[in-house]
Formats: sequence, C-alpha cells, structure tokens
Amino acid sequence: MKPRNRELLALIPAALLLTAGLTAVFVQQSNRLSTGALVYGAVFLGLCLAGHIFIRIALPDADPYIFPLVAVLACFGLVMIYTIAGTTYARQQAQWFVIGLLLLGLTVVICRDYRKLEEYRYLIMIVSLVLLVLPRVPGLGEQVNGAYLAIKLPGIAFQPTEFAKIGLVVFLASYLRDNRQALASGRKVLGYRVPPLKQLGPVLLLWGMAMVLLILLHDIGSSLMFYGGLLAVLYVATNRGSFVLVGTIAFAVGSWYLATHIAHIDYRVEAWLHPFRQSLYDAPLGSFQLANAQFTMAQGGLFGQGFGQALLTIPGGHLPYLPAAQTDMIFAVIVSELGLYGGGGLLICYLLLVWRGFKTATLARDSFSKLMATGLSAIVALQVFVIVGGVTRVIPLTGVTLPFVSYGGSSILANFVLVALLLLVSDRARRQVQA
Amino acid sequence: MNRSISRLFVVVLLLFAVLILFTSRWTVINRGSLQANSLNKIDSYASLKIKRGEILSADGKVLARSKAAKGSTWTRHYPFGPLFAQAIGYAIPDQSNEIGLEQYRNDALSGHLQTGLSSVFGSLHSATAGDDVSTNLSYKAQAQARSLLTARGYVGSVVAIVPQTGAVKVLYSSPSYNDNDLNNACKHESSSECSQFFTALEGRYPPGSTFKVVTATAALDSGKYTPDSEINAPGVLTVAGKPLHNDLAGDLGERTLTYALTNSINTVFAQVGLKVGGATMQKYMQRFGFYSTPSLDYPADEMTASGPRTSAGSLLPMTSPKVDLGRTAIGQANLLVTPLQMAEVAATVANGGVLMQPRLTSQVVNQDGQVVQRIKPAVYDRVMSSTTASDLTQMMRDVVEEGTGQAAQLDGLNVAGKTGTATVSEVGDLDDAWFIGFAPVKNPKIAVAVELSDIPDGYGGKYAAPIAAQVMKTLLAEGQ
Repeated sequence: MKPRNRELLALIPAALLLTAGLTAVFVQQSNRLSTGALVYGAVFLGLCLAGHIFIRIALPDADPYIFPLVAVLACFGLVMIYTIAGTTYARQQAQWFVIGLLLLGLTVVICRDYRKLEEYRYLIMIVSLVLLVLPRVPGLGEQVNGAYLAIKLPGIAFQPTEFAKIGLVVFLASYLRDNRQALASGRKVLGYRVPPLKQLGPVLLLWGMAMVLLILLHDIGSSLMFYGGLLAVLYVATNRGSFVLVGTIAFAVGSWYLATHIAHIDYRVEAWLHPFRQSLYDAPLGSFQLANAQFTMAQGGLFGQGFGQALLTIPGGHLPYLPAAQTDMIFAVIVSELGLYGGGGLLICYLLLVWRGFKTATLARDSFSKLMATGLSAIVALQVFVIVGGVTRVIPLTGVTLPFVSYGGSSILANFVLVALLLLVSDRARRQVQA
Repeated sequence: MNRSISRLFVVVLLLFAVLILFTSRWTVINRGSLQANSLNKIDSYASLKIKRGEILSADGKVLARSKAAKGSTWTRHYPFGPLFAQAIGYAIPDQSNEIGLEQYRNDALSGHLQTGLSSVFGSLHSATAGDDVSTNLSYKAQAQARSLLTARGYVGSVVAIVPQTGAVKVLYSSPSYNDNDLNNACKHESSSECSQFFTALEGRYPPGSTFKVVTATAALDSGKYTPDSEINAPGVLTVAGKPLHNDLAGDLGERTLTYALTNSINTVFAQVGLKVGGATMQKYMQRFGFYSTPSLDYPADEMTASGPRTSAGSLLPMTSPKVDLGRTAIGQANLLVTPLQMAEVAATVANGGVLMQPRLTSQVVNQDGQVVQRIKPAVYDRVMSSTTASDLTQMMRDVVEEGTGQAAQLDGLNVAGKTGTATVSEVGDLDDAWFIGFAPVKNPKIAVAVELSDIPDGYGGKYAAPIAAQVMKTLLAEGQ
C-alpha cells in the first residue's frame, strides 16, 4: 500500500475516537444523544483530510504514521479539554488546530529545502535564546506558579519557550554536523579524551545556559527538557556516552546546588518529596495541586471513572480543586477519567510518534537531517517525560504542556512547526531511500 | 549514528516505562492509601453535589429537606427543628458528618443505593439526587408529646410503638436542640433547656415499678406463680440487709400477685424476684431486649443497652453477687434502662408476648416514586406465652382501673399500664416518674412509655400517666 493511503486509513481511528469520545461526553452531560458530537467529529475529520491532501501533494513520501498519530493526540486532547473546561475552551483549541495546520503548511512551503536553515543557524540561536529569556523581562513576563514561562502581551499570552526549543535543536544539529568529528577526537588527558576547547566551548555554553535557565525561569523541568534534548543530539553526533554521563552529572550537581540555594526551586522539591505534609499542603504555592493530582489519579484505578467524572472544582465556590487541569494537570485528569489504561495508551501514542521520529532520523542520509530529526523527537519525548513525570511525581513538577493534548495556542503552533520539520526530513529521506 | 539513535530510543523506552510504572503506582498499587489519606476530600466534595433525599413523617410532613446552595451544592434544612432533631439527627454534607437516622439511612439518602447504567468507563449516569426515606413517626403525636413535656418544663422522654409491627410513632426527648443552627446549638442555653443527648435511646434511668411487669412476666411464664398466687405482703421487708418499704403503710397480710401489681407492692415483688432467681430473671430480660443495644434502625453508638450496671457503667449479669436481686425486681438498685426499652416491654405484652423489632423507617422511595426498599416488620423474640400475656394484660388493666395508674383513664380510652416512681435521690426527694402502657386493652393498637426525670415526689401515676394517655388518644384517633 502506498504510504499516503496508509496515512488516510490511519486517520479513521482518530476521527472515530473524537466522535466516540464526544458522544460519551454529551451523553454523560445531558443524558441524551446529540448530533453535536457527530458534527464536531465530521469537522475534525474534514480538517484531517485537508492536512492529509496537503501532505499528499507537498510531501508524498513522508512517513505515513506521524500525521495520524498527531491527529489522534489532538483529538484526544480536544475531547479532554471539552470535558474539563467546556465548549469555549474546546472551540478555541480547535481554532488553534486550524491555525496550527496552516502553520504546518506554511513551514513546509517556506522551508521546502530545510537545509537552508543551516545558513541562519546563529540567527536562530540568538532568537531562541532571546525567546527563552523574554518571560523574565519586567513588565512583559508573567510568573505562573512561581516559574517564568509565559509572556503577556495585550490580548494574548504567549509561551516563547515552546518555539525556543525547536530553534535550539536546529542550531545544535547544524553546529554539531560541522564539529562532531572534532568533538569526538581531541587529546587524551589522564586516559580521558578531552575535546578541543574550541569545539567544546559551545557545549559548555549550553550547560551554562541550562543552569542560567534554572536560575532565571525557576524551573528544573524545562531546563531538563532543553538540556536533555541537547545531550541527546550531542550523543548521537559524537557517539560518545561519556558526554552524556558527564553532562548528566554536571546537570545533577548544578541543579542540586541551585535547588538547595534558591527558595523558589526548593519549595518545588519539597512539594515533590512530601506532598502530603499538612503544612506544605496548606502553604501558598505548596503541594496542594500535586497532592490533589495524586488523589485525582487514584480515583481512576485501572479503567477510570468515565469522561467528565473527575472532580476539578471545589463544590460551593469557584476555587479549583485541581488548578491548571486543562494544561499542566491534564494527564492527571486523563488518568482519573480513563484510568491506567487510558493514561498508558496515551503514553504509547507518544512513544509511537517518537519512534517514527527516530526512524526518520535513521533513514536520513545527511548528518544535519539525522541530528535534527533526533533532536526534535527527543525533545517531544522529554517534554512528555517532564510533564507526566512531574504529575506522577517522578521528578519535581514543572509547568510545561503535554504536546498536542494540553490546552494552549503556543504549544499547538510550535508543535505543528516541529511536525512540519519532521515530515520534511522524512519526505526527503524516504525519497532518497526509494531512489 | 544509527546505532546511537537506537540506543537513544532504548533510553526513551526506559523513561516511558518509568512513567507507566509511576502511573500504576498512584492508580493501582497505592490507590487504597491515597483514598484513605486524610487530605483527600474528593469523596466528601462529590457528596456535596448530591441532593440528599427527604425524610418524611408517616402523615406526610417533610422532616428534612435539601435546599439549593451556591455552586450547585445543597444544604440540609429541618422544617420542624427541635421537634424531630433527636429522632432523625442531622447531616452536614461538607464535613461528611451524619448523626441519627441521617447516618443510619445515609446510603439511601445520598443515592448510594441506586444502581445506574455503567460501562467499562465507569458509571455513565452518576447519582445527582438521593432517595427519600419515609418514617413511621407521627407528626401530630410527636408535636403533642413535645408540647406536653415543655409546657411544664419536664425533662423526659415519650416513646410510642405499634405493638404488632414495631413501627415507632413517637420518639421524643426534652430538652431537644435546633438542628438548623448546629454552630450555636446548646451554646447559650443551660443544659436543662437544650441537649443533643437523646435520652430516649441513650439515657439510663431506674425504671422503678414499671419493671415489675418484667418480674411478673418471669414469675408467671416460668410457672412459679399465677395471678392469683397469694404472697405475704409485710410493711417492711429486709432485703440484702437493708429494710425495704411499701408506699402503702402497714402489714397487708396475704395478697394476690394481681393485687400486688395493681397497688405496686414492693415487698411482694422483691420476694417474687428472689424466688424466681437471677438466672430466670436474666433469661426473660434478655428476651425483652435488655443487655443488648436496641434493635432500632439507628446508629448503634447512639443507643445504650438496658440492665443492671456497676457504678463504672458496665453491665452486670443478674446472677452476679453485686446485683441486689430483690431491689432489682422492683426496678431499683443498680438497674438502669432506656425509655425505648420500657416501651418495648409494654409493646410485647400488648402483642401477645411477641416483641417486634422497633423501626423508625417504613420505606425508601426513589426520585421516580418507586419503592426501593420496604422495611418489613421483624420479630425480635417471643418473650412469653400468649396466656401469660393475656394474664398480664388483665393485671395491667386493673392498675389503670383501680390501682396506681388511674390518671391514665381518659374518656373512650381503654388503657392497660403500669406506673413507676423510681427514687433517684433521697436528697430533695427527686423521683423518676414513669408510665408504660397500651390501648385499647382488647386488640391493642399502640404502646407507650413516658419517663420524666427528677420530679419532686414524682409519682408516675400522677405525672407520667396523663401524658401517656393523651399521646395514645391522639394516635388512636389517627387510626393507629
């Protein structure tokens, strides 16, 4: 079967999922069937079809599973946002999907020859770094739950870090393509091969940057996401595990030091370690959200309580029981309503997406494509790990979005750009393989 | 590079395995402990959104209803306040705190009896409203009991039971409290005007001569005596080394058991108790429900068992050397009972010797008007033969017609009963005034117990019997 036909077939489950999910939600909310579910399902199927036709024309050889997996995740997110926050939010999210699809098309058209990006790598790096620091600019940045991740312009809140992650991966892929040989060689000092300082410099800079991010953004999780993504690219580029080892240790030491010396990070670690301590639970910015996320997940059990059954606001008022339920905490709500199986299924969808990304990387001929596809896939995997790990208390909680599922325009748009780049790499790689 | 990419994917696999492991930890492995965590308020929050069912009286009055509050939650309102506060208790949904019938029927009231449509994704239809609970309580008789008690400032209880079914028609203790204002309940008032302690079920009082009905049951049913057995009735009898007097002065000579009950002769019943013996007394008391928490549909920890108790409060068997058998047989010494227990004694005689389990609830009805649960009458025990019961009925009829209980006579009312005047304190001559009885004598329809605490010179026949008669008259007029 041709890859595009496979893609078309694979989109059917996504549309069915959305229709079935929304039907269940409508039944739950009003005890009656509504044609609304079918209309939403049809509209979304139309959008998916439009995306599919565009890919069929523009990227005929691209991986056939990436787009359907993204569609499944997006549908899933849409249903969850509808049950959590209602029609208004769901409609906004759907609008972001439309814009995201347009942006995907735009990226494909503009970056048709994506290797041109290499020419702008330092510009891309500088823009990305500026985007990262932007939330900390007084009057522009907005502190959410103690972390600086968003900027607020009149009428629009924007998370520049979502775009910065793509830019940094592109820069690093390009930089390492040129310098990977040099980094992998180097003189031996005490039996350990130390790369030349000239080439090591930017890598050290990245470590320093991760630490600065930690200080500036008060955020272990997103630093971990950036830094982990960069380490992944570095590892693939040089094939040297020692970089990863040293890098991980350096990060661990750095973040331990900062966590014990910066109060903002410290309380996050405290909440992570002792969420059920009464004093922490009651404290402002304490463990209230995290502990409630555990309780919410416990309600789910194996199969979940059903759509719309999770308790999100404290009855009798408007105080949230689970703050940021449709963004940071969406995984807890999914587990509560669909159980361990629902949460596990979602994680497997991400795993499949990451697998297709890595597969694309292995098929690509040139180093830049390989490194970029690896980096982009790794950063999706790490972002999922950071937020789901935060909610399930593997690591301290960080407010990053669950890609394609959480509510939020910046996240959707940035991730569609990411998918566009992956599809571009894939299209070229598979055409070369066939040729 | 491709090998590194494969290794990297293995790392991603491991990371995701950790995520799934931790998700399993919270959803399955540690689920129980998370749900038991004291910080976990999900269940109590969820119950706030459920419209708790109504509690209704037998004559259709709403005794408890849910009122809409802000944010689609509900609060509890009790239209009659103190009148039914103790009988049905109260519920504070946001504290998961329920008392009395509200607690006992919590599953029905909060909708947990309902079985809705469900699927593998959990229930598709969650309960939003609980079921209504209908009680056997009579609003009219309960209100009358309250006004009769409060008019004279009595501290006491009135309990009325349908002998054949155990249906509780009146369950009232004074003082009561306002269950609509729990924060201020009994704060500003002295304890004699306000109390959350439900004396009808939890109070421990000496039953006085009303207990002679139990002693007479043991005496007749064991075959040791007949109503016509003649017993010497001296003015003073030495029991357990101390003199025991009668209310009637002087040596009365040989008297029948019927005469002794009619005129409440202590010296006769002390001898009867001693002759019957502790073991037999205990057997009959247990059949009457003594020594056990009452079988009422009410939380067990809000009721108390009747029987002789040590000064520390633990129950003593009748065979114990610490029990003054002679004085216990006349309802004194360390015998302590609840008003409910004495109402059950009267109901047993009225029902031909069979004790029915007392029941506050008649049925549970869902929001669609369907009866979800019907509480059927259930036998507690056959206490005595029907012959013994009819003998006792005749003897108790004599009490009201020509003995100590004549104040229970009302026009058109055919009452059998027994008075009690239990000495509580020799200082100030405070007595517990009692009356237990039933009506009509032939085919009885209602049995009552009235207990009034700390009445100076409180003869049961004078103070308690008229109240019992009034309440019975009201209930009989209602068709009971």
